[in-house]
Amino acid sequence: MRKTALDCVHELAKVDDRVVFVGSDLGPGVLAKMRAEFPDRWYMEGVSEQHIVGMAAGLAMEGFVPYVNTIATFLTRRCYEQVAVDLCIHDLPVRLIANGGGGVYAPLGPTHLAIEDVAIMRALPNMTVVVPCDADEMRRFMHRTLDWPHPIYIRLAKGGDKVVSDAAHGFEIGRSIRMREGADGLFVTTGVMTQLALEAAVALEGEGVRVGVRHVHTVKPLDVEGILGDVARVPAVVTVEEGIVSGGLGTAVLEACSTESPGDLHKVARIGIPDAFATQYGSQQTLLAHWGITAESLADAMRARRRAAGAR
Amino acid sequence: MTALDERSKYLRRLIVDALKGGGRGHLGSSMSMVEVLRVLYDSILRYRADDPTWRERDRFVLSKGHGCLALYAVLADKGFFPMEELLGFCRPTSRLGGHPERGKVPGVEASTGALGHGLPIGVGMALGLRVRGSDAKVIVLTGDGEINEGSNWEAAMSAAKHRLSNLTVMVDYNKLQSYGPTREVLDLEPLVDKWRAFGFATTEVDGHDVAAVERTLRALPHDAGRPTAIVCHTVKGRGFPFAEGNPDWHHKSGLTEADIAQMYACLA
Repeated sequence: MRKTALDCVHELAKVDDRVVFVGSDLGPGVLAKMRAEFPDRWYMEGVSEQHIVGMAAGLAMEGFVPYVNTIATFLTRRCYEQVAVDLCIHDLPVRLIANGGGGVYAPLGPTHLAIEDVAIMRALPNMTVVVPCDADEMRRFMHRTLDWPHPIYIRLAKGGDKVVSDAAHGFEIGRSIRMREGADGLFVTTGVMTQLALEAAVALEGEGVRVGVRHVHTVKPLDVEGILGDVARVPAVVTVEEGIVSGGLGTAVLEACSTESPGDLHKVARIGIPDAFATQYGSQQTLLAHWGITAESLADAMRARRRAAGAR
Repeated sequence: MTALDERSKYLRRLIVDALKGGGRGHLGSSMSMVEVLRVLYDSILRYRADDPTWRERDRFVLSKGHGCLALYAVLADKGFFPMEELLGFCRPTSRLGGHPERGKVPGVEASTGALGHGLPIGVGMALGLRVRGSDAKVIVLTGDGEINEGSNWEAAMSAAKHRLSNLTVMVDYNKLQSYGPTREVLDLEPLVDKWRAFGFATTEVDGHDVAAVERTLRALPHDAGRPTAIVCHTVKGRGFPFAEGNPDWHHKSGLTEADIAQMYACLA
């Protein structure tokens, strides 16, 4: 997914001379071909996230569309004021490509785990937050970024993620995708949690329970109509995100319900990272299991929510 | 210290008009930079007041956004917006707030107020202008307390790396930050050496000496292969003996009629 995102930056640079790339201190050889082809539009600025976000703002003020890339925690925590002031107050078309959303950097510990990134980015006015589920969707999305007039936070997964999106779904920023039909329940998911929910839905189907999956690649602006339309048709809803449970997708869905369809609020359960910094290393998979985010736990949560709703 | 000439007094009176209108403001921080702004807008910067986003303009970024009263006075004087607006300073529907906002105030390049943002933005602007082949200059004015923020020094390294000779940083070195003297709160010295070590061509100037400031700015770029740093030695609150060098006048709210009358009297 990361490789696809960065390859797309190069592709976009070929067709649009407003495109510039700004990295902090990435791995050797990142976007080497773009660097060779467009040396004036490729920058590697060192470990200086406050600066690179401000610099990207200055470039955007001059008419460029900067794509800034580094590790998610550094691009959110370290320079939150620059993101808020330089990008969001000015409402500039800067794209933040954030490596390692959620538990990707499990072996590196809590300094590198982006758990609240989606929540804090979502809190900023003018910010758009996109969490694609696989490389194919990333490619479709990236080609939509050129003319989006606002800053975008783009959260990357580990890479090599199972491809579940389909070209037929298309991609429109702010529009969620119904990945699977089902009248007995609904998973509302973002990022690679969509794959996990599809897995859980298959397991539930073995029990005769047909559960839908709505993939919300754009957490902000939220596709209220699409999501609540599906919520209205089912007895139970489980939101799933690889992020802290407060402030992210689940919260956004509850907020939408509370104002648009309060009668559906009781249907919604949320699955995400608990309100704690990680105390384990291991792998993304072991960390997710530690957090209680597995296909089994998703299916369990759906069963429980259906029982609570009186469904059989 | 040379006496203020009539134009310097006139611009200060405009600032007092705004202070009177708003009943508050960063008086000390604005008064130290009046002559620098005056020279920039009278003789150095290329701009069109009736077309503030003209593509070929020079970019001036007021990084020390709290000094905006001085910028508002100069912009109003140059016709970027009607002079009467100064009287609405900080009022609910005014364009002129306690910190300047891009897109709201004609002539303001960046919304500042949070410190340490102007130089990174200026680096981006200077790079963008160079890529585009523009000969426009970028001038960033920072405070002295402001450069306590590490982001300035990240940006300084980047400016030097890219040899941004179209970028100039000016430091309004009035030697007082909010709490007290910079040398006590967080000493910046040796300040000129710092900028030199970070890869800048450096100069010092008396920031209230109009002719000297103009000479310094006319000589830009000071080095064809490096950004320039100009340390402007100034006096906080300059023009008002009761406020000069007095940290109590960094920012004032609840200004009384007597305060305002005293200010006008100093400029008579």
